[in-house]
Amino acid sequence: MSKQSKYQADEKGMYGRFGGAYIPEMLYPNIENLKKVYKEIIDSPAFQQEYKALLKDYVGRPSPLYLAKRLSDKYQTNVYLKREDLNHTGAHKINNTVGQILIAKHMGKQRIIAETGAGQHGVATATACALMGLQCVVYMGEVDIKRQAPNVARMKMLGAEVKAATSGSKTLKDATNEALRDWICNPEDTFYLIGSVVGPHPYPDMVARLQAVISEEIKLQISEKTSKDYPDYVIACVGGGSNAAGSFYHFLDDEKVKLVAVEASGMGVDSGETAATIALGDMGIIHGSKTFLMQSEDGQITEPYSISAGLDYPGIGPQHAHLFDTGRAQFLSATDKEALDAALQLTQLEGIIPALESAHALAALNKMQFQKDEAVVITLSGRGDKDMATYMERFGF
Amino acid sequence: MNRLKKLFESQENICSVYYTAGYPTVNDTMPVLEALQEGGADLVEIGMPFSDPLADGPTIQASSEQALDNGMSIQLLFEQLETMRESITIPVVLMGYFNPVFKFGVEKFIGKCQEIGVDGVIIPDLPFDEYRELYENLFNEAGIANIFLITPQTSDERIRLIDAHSTGFIYVVSSASVTGAKQNVQQNQIDYFNRVNSLGLQRPRLIGFGIGNRDTFATACQHAAGAIIGSAFVKLLGEHGADKQQIKAFINTIKN
Ligand SMILES: Cc1ncc(COP(=O)(O)O)c(C=O)c1O
Repeated sequence: MSKQSKYQADEKGMYGRFGGAYIPEMLYPNIENLKKVYKEIIDSPAFQQEYKALLKDYVGRPSPLYLAKRLSDKYQTNVYLKREDLNHTGAHKINNTVGQILIAKHMGKQRIIAETGAGQHGVATATACALMGLQCVVYMGEVDIKRQAPNVARMKMLGAEVKAATSGSKTLKDATNEALRDWICNPEDTFYLIGSVVGPHPYPDMVARLQAVISEEIKLQISEKTSKDYPDYVIACVGGGSNAAGSFYHFLDDEKVKLVAVEASGMGVDSGETAATIALGDMGIIHGSKTFLMQSEDGQITEPYSISAGLDYPGIGPQHAHLFDTGRAQFLSATDKEALDAALQLTQLEGIIPALESAHALAALNKMQFQKDEAVVITLSGRGDKDMATYMERFGF
Repeated sequence: MNRLKKLFESQENICSVYYTAGYPTVNDTMPVLEALQEGGADLVEIGMPFSDPLADGPTIQASSEQALDNGMSIQLLFEQLETMRESITIPVVLMGYFNPVFKFGVEKFIGKCQEIGVDGVIIPDLPFDEYRELYENLFNEAGIANIFLITPQTSDERIRLIDAHSTGFIYVVSSASVTGAKQNVQQNQIDYFNRVNSLGLQRPRLIGFGIGNRDTFATACQHAAGAIIGSAFVKLLGEHGADKQQIKAFINTIKN
C-alpha cells in the first residue's frame, strides 16, 4: 500500500477535509505520545509476530471467504461472505482489541478503558484484557446496560468493571464522553482502547490498520477462488466504520474495486429516527474528529436511532467522510425492516444467522445490480447470537 | 481585550467566575452576570452549553443539559448579551466547545463577540495549530483574546509556545482532571504552579478547575494572578437560582 495514498491520513491525521485531533489540552500529551509511537510499534517485527500469532491461534484467522451459493443464485451473481462472524467473541471487533492491547503493553500502560454501545467492543476489550492480565474499565450508557444484559454479564465474567454513563442520553456517545473524561483524569497509567475508526488522530488510522487484515485476506482468498486477483465489489456496514475500513483498506487505491458502505437508516433517512450520518451530511466535530455527524441547527449532537445498537452512532469515521467526499466509496443506507428481511433471508438460504449490523450490508443486495460473472464480497462483521431477543420479538419465533 | 489587559495590569488576586448561560432558567444569563459584577467578581466566563462537554465534571454537565433543555443556544446568548455593555464594565469571556461555534460560523461568531463587547474566548477543543493557521488573524483583528489551557502534563516547550500566541491570559488547569470543586490543593500541584512561574512567561495566568472555596482560592492566588471558580458557583445557582444576595455573599466569602 503506497504511503502517499490520497485516501489515507496525512501527518496531521487529515483525510481531505476530515479528521484531525480536536481535543482539549488535557488530552494533548497522551494523543501526541500515541501519535509518535503507534506506527513504529505496529510496524515492528516484535509486534507483528505477536499480533499475527494471536490473530491465528486466538482469534481463529484467517476467517473464511465463503461463496454463498444459494444467495448467489438468487441475485444472479457471485456473493462471497467474509466470515468475521466466526472470529472469537463473534465479530471483527477482536482484531482491533488484540492489536491495541499489544500497543498498550508496549507503551507500559497498566489500565485499559473503553466505551461500548451494544457491548460487542466492550466484550472484545474485556477479552483482550483478561488475556493480558490488564485492568479493564468499560463505560456503557445506562440505557444500553439495561438493553444488553448478556454482554454486561460477559464483561463482568471476564473481569472487567462496567461503569454506567449516566449523562446526556445515556448511550454510546455518552459512554465515549465518560471514557474521555476518565482518560483526562488518568493520563499516565491509562490506555484508551477505542472501538472504531473514530476519535482523534491517530485512532482512526490505528484502528483501520488493525482491521486491515480483513482486506489483506480477501485479496489473497479471492485470487485463490476466482480467476481475478480482486473482487468487483466490497460491501460492508458502517457504524463508526471499522469493519468497512478494514474491508476497504488494501483496495483503496485499486479503483477497479467498487467500495460500498451501508449505513443504518432506522425508520428511514428523513424520519428523524435514523443513524444514516452520511445521508444527512452535516459537518462538525465529534469526539475529537472533524467529520459528518448528526446535529441540531445549534450544533448540539443529536441521538441516532437504529434497531442495531452497533450502528447507533451519531458520527462516522473521518476516512469514510473523505471516501464519500471523493466519490471513492458509494454510500447506501438500509432501514430496520430491510436489515431484518436480509437477516432472515441469509439465515434461511445459507444457514447463517448474521448480526443485525451485518444484515444492513446484506440488504445492499436488493439495492444494486450485478453482472453474472462479478465477484461481490460482503463482510459479515458478526454473528447474530447477541440479537436473538430482537429477532424473536420481530419474527415471533 | 483592553479590559482584560487593564484588569491584569491593575489587580492581583483576580476572582474569575464561570457559569453556564441559560441556567438555571433561560433568562438568568444577564441577571447572573449583573449580580456577579455587583458582588465583586473581577472577570466572568460565560459557558455556552454543549451536548457533549467532555472536559466537564457532573455539575457543569448537568447545568449544560438543563440550559439546553431551556432552549439555550449561541444565537440566543448573543441576543441576551446584545446590550450588556450598557451595564457591565468587567471583562467577559465566552467558554465552550468547538462544534457549536463551528456550526455557528467562526467568523460570524468572532464578529458578534466584537460587536457586543466580549473580551475573550476559551474553546478547549480547538487545536492550537488549527487556531494559528486559520483563526489567529481573525481573533487579533477583532481584538478578541483566545485563551489556551495548560495542564500539569504540558511540556515547558509547549507552554512557551502557547504563551507566545496568547493575547489575554493563560488558563492553568490545576490538575489532571475534569471540572469540579476539590477540597484542597496538593503539594504536587504547587510544584507545577512553581514550574510554570519559573518559565518567565509574558502572559498572566489564572488557575482553574477544583477551585471553589476561600482556601483553594487563596492558595491559587499565591501562585498566579488569580483563580477561576466554576462548579462551586454553578452548584450555588442550581440551589438558589439567580439570587442576587446569595451570589454576592458567595463572592464575598471567596474573596475575603
Ligand atoms: C457485528 C458488528 N458489526 C458492525 C459494528 C459497527 O462497527 P463498525 O462500523 O466500527 O464496524 C458493530 C459494532 O458494535 C458490530 O458489533
